[in-house]
Amino acid sequence: MKKKAFVPFMTLTTAALMLAACGGGGNDANETASADENNSNNTNANANNEAANNAAEDQEEVTIDFMHLWPQGSSPDHHRIVSDIIADFEAEHPHVTVELEVLENEQYKNKLQVVSSSNQLPDVGMTWPAGFLEPYVNGDMFTPLDDILEEDGLRDEFVAGTLEAYEVDGESYALPLELNIAPVFYNKAIFEEHGVEVPETYDEFLEVIDTLAEAGMPPIALGNRDRWTGSLWYMYLADRIGGSEALNSAIDRSGSFEDERLVEAAEKIQEMVDHDAFISGFNGLSDQEAKAEFMNGSAAMYLIGSWDLPNYTTNEEVPQEFRDSIDFFKFPEVDGGDGNVDNWVGGPGVGLFVSEESDVQEESKAFVKHFAQEWGKRSVEEAGVIPGTQVNTEEVDLPDLFVDVLDDLNNANDITLFADVQMSSSVAETHLNMIQSLFGGETTPEEFAETHEEALQEDE
Amino acid sequence: MNKIMSDKRIIAMYTLPALLLILTLIYVPIVMTGYYGLMDWDGIGAMTFIGLENYAAVMTDGAFWSSAWHSFLLALFSVGSLVLYLGVSLVLAGNVKGADLFRKIYLIPMLLSSVAIAQLWMRVYHPTNGVMNRFLTSIGIENPPLWLSDTSIVLFAIFIPIIWQYAGFYIIIYYAALKNIPKELEEAAKIDGASPFQIAYKIKLPLISGIIKVTIVLAVIGSLKYFDLIYVMTDGGPNGASEVMASYMYKLAFRTNDFGYGSAIGFFMLVMILIVTYLIRRATATKDEVQY
Repeated sequence: MKKKAFVPFMTLTTAALMLAACGGGGNDANETASADENNSNNTNANANNEAANNAAEDQEEVTIDFMHLWPQGSSPDHHRIVSDIIADFEAEHPHVTVELEVLENEQYKNKLQVVSSSNQLPDVGMTWPAGFLEPYVNGDMFTPLDDILEEDGLRDEFVAGTLEAYEVDGESYALPLELNIAPVFYNKAIFEEHGVEVPETYDEFLEVIDTLAEAGMPPIALGNRDRWTGSLWYMYLADRIGGSEALNSAIDRSGSFEDERLVEAAEKIQEMVDHDAFISGFNGLSDQEAKAEFMNGSAAMYLIGSWDLPNYTTNEEVPQEFRDSIDFFKFPEVDGGDGNVDNWVGGPGVGLFVSEESDVQEESKAFVKHFAQEWGKRSVEEAGVIPGTQVNTEEVDLPDLFVDVLDDLNNANDITLFADVQMSSSVAETHLNMIQSLFGGETTPEEFAETHEEALQEDE
Repeated sequence: MNKIMSDKRIIAMYTLPALLLILTLIYVPIVMTGYYGLMDWDGIGAMTFIGLENYAAVMTDGAFWSSAWHSFLLALFSVGSLVLYLGVSLVLAGNVKGADLFRKIYLIPMLLSSVAIAQLWMRVYHPTNGVMNRFLTSIGIENPPLWLSDTSIVLFAIFIPIIWQYAGFYIIIYYAALKNIPKELEEAAKIDGASPFQIAYKIKLPLISGIIKVTIVLAVIGSLKYFDLIYVMTDGGPNGASEVMASYMYKLAFRTNDFGYGSAIGFFMLVMILIVTYLIRRATATKDEVQY
């Protein structure tokens, strides 16, 4: 149906080439220009220094290529902090220049895969934990960072458990920059209007849902076209029924997915759907569309990662009245279940890797260390990002909602890593598809568990 | 001029750059895709040669055949819609008042990018705030369909914008072809007492049959490799209900890191499209062109 349809269809590889080519556009030129500017300033400074003290510090000029995914347009705060950190680092290490390349999330993922297959990874870049990172580690693309983690007690600066998500065979391959947990956000004004209280058990939760649904207020905003959103609900139910061990052991193969606790969690999902807990047409809506419903006050609750906190606290574009009416609660307990109410679903987001093939590995390692530490000091206050390093809530000036989440994070009993991140990518694809059809009522809880078990076995 | 054009070196000089571009950007990647299809490769690490295993797996992959069926349905619908476009063009090419304006209206979707069209139609199909369901509720339908989340209708819901998107393109082609038919033929037929329907069916259509064949091939190929709106609007979901071959290939290669298998599917698609194109051309072949 395209005009040039006579030309044979676009093959996979041309698609890949084009993605790579598209990736180079836009921001790129600016970034390089500004980096060059820094460079010339620094070399001037360097020259002056050398002239002044006549030191024989004849370190070779090196360039670190750094790829990140926070463009100025869509993440201005992130972008600014990154630029500042780089400027600091370049000032401290005059012989180093950092060349930036910035891409949007999806493009970033595609480009990383394309450049890695031609062995042209940047010296430093960003990666996601577990399932995403594994093929890169198995292909000897990333270098272990344990040596810098042991320096100056860097390892202890990270929140317990976050580094593990980037470990393969006991070695750490990235320094986490983000850490998130998923609370259930709710609209206090709507709860008050309908006379409902924050539920503490699953049964109370169902009553809240019924009250809201009968009054014509959609209880929960869910954009399940993105699938991982529905997965969060399933993971919490699995955790509250079977404890974090039930799901984790099924995924790491010390247990089975046909565990009755995991089947029961799937039953509960369908029970919630039957109670009209989720907004209409949720399986065809994206997370963004669902969020819009919640932010318009046309849904009462919304389960999402703490990365969304700025929308409910500091984001000036959101009406103050709405921000004031948002609070969160911990996912309710299930009667007779093994789960602890202080268990969270969550996990680290992106982390910094250093390429195995990099010819400036030493400088790159120094750079990621510097980056992770500086980022940890500034990201919460300035960009609303909870870093992988520990935050002292008494020292930072933050909205109450933020402080509450950070405190809960510090008191967390256990954090279960997002299922689709924990699983290998092909099992994750099965999981996400099954989540959609479980919510859509097209599969039974038993089939749901069985299909998972088959996919996991096949992957072993 | 003739002297220059018969110089082989000059011919080579003019054609080589384009030839090289086509070879390196189209044909080499096709061969490479076929080659990657023979590998067990995650797109990142080392490749392992596994022979035809990927291609054999395609044969028994239910998810692939279901996506192929969806692509085939799309091709069927696209070809079917050609009849409609032909009708519209026949009317427009007759001396209808305001034909020019209508032609422009039909062309507008062509000017929008796929992503803009997807965003537009996602608004139309929104389960509660969408134009479509607002309208249906206002005329008293209580539970209007959930267009993009109901697995039984999502595929057809998404066909509508795809077909709408290309309407202008085909109408322009048909319109231009119809306008090229000499006026005398129509006038002669009128004098002989032919009805407008007879003129269209017996004179105009046979004269543009070559163009019709081309559009059929274009519609079928375009449908079989279709990707854009599906990727943006539903991402193949819910649970594969709107998956087509190209979106399935993309998922395997870039989401599940199964580059080898994804390549095998890509190559398989190419072969399939070549076969289908050949079959269509054979089925529509006529001995001699109609001439009056």
